[in-house]
Amino acid sequence: MIEHVWLIPAFPLAAFLVNGLFGRRWLGHLTGLIGSAAIGASAIVAIGVFFEVLAGHSRTIVPLTIAGIRYQWIAVGDFSVDVSALVDPLSAVMMLVVTVVSFLIFVYSNGYMAHDHGFYRFFTWLSLFVFAMLILVMADNYLLLFVGWEGVGLCSYLLIGYWFERPEPYFAAKKAFVMNRIGDWGYTIGIIVIFLVFGSLNFGDVFRRLDESAPEQGVLTLICVALFFGATGKSAQLPLHSWLPDAMEGPTPVSALIHAATMVTAGVYLVARSTPLFTAAGSALTLVAVVGTLTAIFAATIALVQVDIKRVMAYSTVSQLGYMFLALGVGAPIAAIFHLATHAFFKALLFLGSGSVIHAMDNVQDMRRYGGLRRKLPWTYWTMLIAGGALSAIPPLAGFWSKDEIVGAAFTNGYPLLWGVGVLTGALTAFYVTRALWLTFHGEPRDHHLYEHAHESPPVMVLPLAALAVGSALVGFIGVPPEGGFIHGFLKPALEARGGEVAEATRSPALVTALGLPATSVAAGLIGIAIALSMYVRHRPDPAAVARAAGAYYRILVNKYYVDELYDHRFVDLARAFAGAAWAFDIHIIDGLANRLGWLLSLSGTGLRRLQTGVVGNYALSIVAGLLLVLGAYGAYAAGVIKP
Amino acid sequence: MSVPLGAFIAVSATLFFIGTAGVLVRRNAVVILMCVELMLNAANLALVAFSRRYGAVDERGSVFVVFVFVIAAAEVAVGLAIVLSAYRNRPTVDVDEIRAMKG
Repeated sequence: MIEHVWLIPAFPLAAFLVNGLFGRRWLGHLTGLIGSAAIGASAIVAIGVFFEVLAGHSRTIVPLTIAGIRYQWIAVGDFSVDVSALVDPLSAVMMLVVTVVSFLIFVYSNGYMAHDHGFYRFFTWLSLFVFAMLILVMADNYLLLFVGWEGVGLCSYLLIGYWFERPEPYFAAKKAFVMNRIGDWGYTIGIIVIFLVFGSLNFGDVFRRLDESAPEQGVLTLICVALFFGATGKSAQLPLHSWLPDAMEGPTPVSALIHAATMVTAGVYLVARSTPLFTAAGSALTLVAVVGTLTAIFAATIALVQVDIKRVMAYSTVSQLGYMFLALGVGAPIAAIFHLATHAFFKALLFLGSGSVIHAMDNVQDMRRYGGLRRKLPWTYWTMLIAGGALSAIPPLAGFWSKDEIVGAAFTNGYPLLWGVGVLTGALTAFYVTRALWLTFHGEPRDHHLYEHAHESPPVMVLPLAALAVGSALVGFIGVPPEGGFIHGFLKPALEARGGEVAEATRSPALVTALGLPATSVAAGLIGIAIALSMYVRHRPDPAAVARAAGAYYRILVNKYYVDELYDHRFVDLARAFAGAAWAFDIHIIDGLANRLGWLLSLSGTGLRRLQTGVVGNYALSIVAGLLLVLGAYGAYAAGVIKP
Repeated sequence: MSVPLGAFIAVSATLFFIGTAGVLVRRNAVVILMCVELMLNAANLALVAFSRRYGAVDERGSVFVVFVFVIAAAEVAVGLAIVLSAYRNRPTVDVDEIRAMKG
């Protein structure tokens, strides 16, 4: 199976080409079927590859051949970049998560987008996205990874701006693209420095030479900080987080697939893939942990007060990605990938569930107009309840095992402060999930007109919800027992091959901590749920009163800490001023020069055209005058008056 | 060889200047073409005279006269064709009236 790994990206690519070339004219709604079938085929191959890796092919490099021709992208001297896939446990897990979740979301999209006039366009871009994402996770070098990285960024842009007739999606798409480009700048610098230091971009070569040559600490830190800056852009971490909530302007399946389950985890994957580099540059790892933790609590506090259901989920995603970076930073990359996998399931489910609600409520996203929907949307309700429980880390759902492991690793690896913040964020998470689910599904309907017309989604949308709910409930068990589950043994060769520090860092804690830490997390989650229920069910304290009492802080949260305003004033205005100056330079200097030159030529032409009288006599006269001049000059020369 | 070379040259120069003056002052395009012929034949006369005087062996200069005849014939053919088509366009052969090529 492993030698057929090229099929995994080939199917989505084929679907992209077929849908893009023939979708508009001939295929119509068949594009959804084609896309889903292609991703399904990829998922089957990915499952096969996964089991083969499980059976012992722990690290294989497979050239991605086309008709048996191996493609070498760059070859200069002894430096080469191949288009090859690195198949190891890490990429096998990523391929599996990406293809399976994508498949379910593709199926769901067939129902959700059924009435959209750009149906074929949606499935074309979505297929291209899956292709790019697979290239990203399969690449065996930093440059090919960057190709996928930019590819998913492009698809993200196209799909956020999918409804480009309205201004908001268009602006959101532009914002996402620009902020991602800022992050990419860091990644590019990282690649360049890696090449300068190691002379190769191949993961295997770089990590081997890292062991052999032990470069300077400062250079390593530079590489890691640059790569991490790229990751903050793609994974919406501080300070480049603000594009992700705006990206919710795209269709909901896009939010679920790109902006929750897969693309935004690319940064986590990059850092996890570069674990040897980050481990060697210890201070960069601390930076990752601190940024992750700050982002986690920062986004969770904003999510407390949002009224748009998709924005709650968006900030929740930012917060959960923060957890993953916390895990990477405290030396628990396995926990990060584990959480990435579980999060992909329950957050995709939360988004698809939200999409189902939005679909039923005539595209209204404001939770203040929901209420009591559990009677109308039972399937959506129950599946979202499971996903919400997983996000709140209620045992034994998936989120509990992975999040608890992250928070626990922060404590046992010597970051008690980060552990405290992580637990607090857990309580906040439980609060906002409970709030969102309560406002949507419980209580009395607040908009009766919408409520009357609400209806459960068709089976093509409900079945993926059910499948993801099963995943959200059960995926966590691959990490049981903590520190010694299936996922740990599986990922260890890929992420902890270097042994040493990381392996030691995840040593087994004492029994008291082993039981006390999860208990604390669960207690924090339950407290969050209890407070939310008390506030929204019994109005004790009343949410409005709490908002009034919090006053200024409440306003800060509603305005998302004024980050957008800050960026507008500090950077966007500056960029605008610079662009204005560049424009003026272009108009006045560059264009001015060209225009002056043209004006000069036209002026001289106006003068010279007087010579062209059109009267034959004048021409004859000038010929004779010229003849006389020549003869006169010759005569003067012959007479010795002038010398040659 | 009774006629001296100078006499030929004098006649040739006279013809040439008559032709030149005609080209410059006359307005009828056909007359201008005739004057051009006059200038060409002045040159021919000079060529033949010099050939007789200096080219004792084979009179190579006379050959040029034949070339000039051919070119003159072609020139008149083209020139008259232009005059004819100009005349068809506007019923005049006055070169001062034909100024459509004014820049």
